[in-house]
Amino acid sequence: MTELLRVEGVTKAYPGVVANADVSFAIREGEVHALLGENGAGKSTLVKMIYGLVRPDHGRMWLRGQDYAPQEPREARAAGVGMVFQHFSLFEALSVAENVALGMESPPRLGDLAARIRQVSEEYGLPLDPSRMVGDLSAGERQRVEIIRCLLQDPRLLIMDEPTSVLTPQEVEILFQTLRQLAAEGTAILYISHKLEEIRALCDTATILRRGRVVATCIPRDRSAREMAELMVGAVLTPPERHGRPAGEVALEVAGLSVASPIPFGTALKDVGFSVTRSEVLGIAGVAGNGQDELLLALSGELKAPRDAVRIAGRGVGDQGPNARRALGLVAAPEERLGHAAAPDMSLVENALLSGMVRKRLVRRGFIDWGATRAFAQAIVAAFDVRTPGTFVAARALSGGNLQKFVVGRELSQEPSVIVINQPTWGVDASAAAAIRQAILDCAAAGAAVVVISQDLDELLEIADRFSALNEGRMSPPRPTQGLTIEEIGLMMGGAHGMEVAHHAHA
Amino acid sequence: MDLLGGINPAVLVASLMMASVPIIFAAIGELVVEKSGVLNLGVEGMMIIGAICGFAVAVETGSPVLGFVGGALGGATLSLIFALLTQFLMANQVATGLALTLFGLGLSSLIGQGYVGVKPPPVDRLDLGPLSDLPVLGTILFHHDLMVYLSIAAVVAVWAVMHHTRAGLVLRAVGENHDAAHALGYHVIRIRVLAILFGGAMAGLGGAYLSLIRVPQWTDGITSGAGWIALAIVVFAGWRPGRVLLGAYLFGGITVLQLNLQAAGARIPVQYLSMSPYLITILVLVIMSADRRRIASAPASLGRTFHASR
Repeated sequence: MTELLRVEGVTKAYPGVVANADVSFAIREGEVHALLGENGAGKSTLVKMIYGLVRPDHGRMWLRGQDYAPQEPREARAAGVGMVFQHFSLFEALSVAENVALGMESPPRLGDLAARIRQVSEEYGLPLDPSRMVGDLSAGERQRVEIIRCLLQDPRLLIMDEPTSVLTPQEVEILFQTLRQLAAEGTAILYISHKLEEIRALCDTATILRRGRVVATCIPRDRSAREMAELMVGAVLTPPERHGRPAGEVALEVAGLSVASPIPFGTALKDVGFSVTRSEVLGIAGVAGNGQDELLLALSGELKAPRDAVRIAGRGVGDQGPNARRALGLVAAPEERLGHAAAPDMSLVENALLSGMVRKRLVRRGFIDWGATRAFAQAIVAAFDVRTPGTFVAARALSGGNLQKFVVGRELSQEPSVIVINQPTWGVDASAAAAIRQAILDCAAAGAAVVVISQDLDELLEIADRFSALNEGRMSPPRPTQGLTIEEIGLMMGGAHGMEVAHHAHA
Repeated sequence: MDLLGGINPAVLVASLMMASVPIIFAAIGELVVEKSGVLNLGVEGMMIIGAICGFAVAVETGSPVLGFVGGALGGATLSLIFALLTQFLMANQVATGLALTLFGLGLSSLIGQGYVGVKPPPVDRLDLGPLSDLPVLGTILFHHDLMVYLSIAAVVAVWAVMHHTRAGLVLRAVGENHDAAHALGYHVIRIRVLAILFGGAMAGLGGAYLSLIRVPQWTDGITSGAGWIALAIVVFAGWRPGRVLLGAYLFGGITVLQLNLQAAGARIPVQYLSMSPYLITILVLVIMSADRRRIASAPASLGRTFHASR
């Protein structure tokens, strides 16, 4: 197989950080090449340079032996490079066909384009209705829109940035079949991920990045996931330990919870019911957009429900707001760090106050006790290893992982009796993720009932005692985590969304 | 034909079409601006600058056509300030828009000092021959100046461009999700600046229509809130050109009707009659947009500042 893309000595520095330092690697035609690394290792910057969104400071690239230095994505697309983004670059209020047209240089008329979309989507077993609004599609379907947008331009190189983080296991399998089919047709695939088992199942070669540098190149099939993880992190990882078993006393009870979504294109909760006992961890899986955000809002008190739909230690609080629930011991950490869990332009001290004021008694007779608040913020920073110049910096100045440690730490440090947490380790590097999971388990061991909503199945299987899934706003009955197979979990999550009409062109 | 105490319905409809022209122009321009994700609250200011520029140019040159061109240029120039401040210097759009209105009101009255009491060159109504002589229909539809037809053509053109051309699709995409549009390689800032200039020119045209045809003379504060009504119509019409036309005609219609009622000596206090167009238009549009799904139809990036660096 001939070489398609060669990257040599590419360096890109931003003020304060070197995103890529002297990175070199090559991809052959028809190869599935993994780019592996933790958050902040420089994967995204590297592919943005290949896609023409960012220009390197030094270094050169060749595409099929020709000098390659795209000034903008248009040029990259013209040269046969397509990219499927991690955070979808889709327009919710536009139709599938319009979204596809926007990603093409000279799209045909919308009617003809719709026919092409149908044809390509059947060829690759990715059913899609071109006339639907993207806002109404599931995450898996949205990804199909992006993939088809790329495929319509016959790419030689397809870049996939963390494609499976939003898919059910069944959808992952379908995606892999599509990618294998593409590779067999000669398209090279640059696959970015930190999920090691996926890379072992799919990729021919892996380039491992750490802090912007290439630290290893390997053949994933010949290495164990653990070996690769240690190359990626540069340290030996210890999986979280757990002590303590559920004590039997019900701390949080939800029954017949049905609420409309306050979010545009959101999902209403439909008759959700479960209970969590003290020291128990309930894991709730589900593909993004199936009611996770709404469930968190309904539990935290931001979204009100009938009084007895939510009960903390037997007391109906469904009609109470967040502060009343905090007073009873329920703390919540939403998924969106900036703007929901933390006020971006306020300092860490102020952010600590906003959530900690009720339980840590930081306000007396209407006046803020700044001394105690600062001490609280400093305690969080110290206990959760938040890397920051001090507690006076604005929340937005922290990196995603550090801010996540701060907002999770802030909730866990309030001696809660019920913890609700959505995506605790989203966008956090492996060692920080392990620390957050350990802290959650420690809180459970201390007697807290924990509800963890996450799209990371491995995480849930690691920390949850019981397991459930949200699918289109309905929650499956919780089952003990032990003995669950990935297959069963996938079905709880709703199987492959929209695949009832699936029709594989290849067997 | 004399109903409603001496008010002729055909004349009423004909004059409501005229009365609505300034608002149609301003609103359809603002619709394009907002569809691109920019909230320009300076419509009132751009309108009144268009009104005085159009008036001054028409008086100096004696040509109403050049007057309208001047009005559009005046509005566009003022909007250029807004574009520079919000798109390149990242100023807050709401504050900048409000400042633009205040600035426009002040500047227009400065420019207009020498033009108080001057009569602008008259604008002829189009003579459509036999069509204009038709009973009723002729009065309603075929007895207007060119700008009335142009305003309707502008609505149709904006609708067609928005929904049937690539340029319109890109514009909507930029207003929907500027980060995604940037990631796909579209020039968010350039597209928004062009949209802002278009919005300024249209508001200027609407203003010039006020001072050259509708009133026709120059007085301070001639727009008297028409720009704000245009803004409200865009929002309550759910960013749809057809409904903008409807909202503008509703406002124009009630304005004309209440003027006629005042003239006819209706036994309702004048103050209530004068406030009625604003009140009823807003009320009707609120009811029309009460549907919760419509909230999702606002351009998702509306009013948000775009940084290309991220």
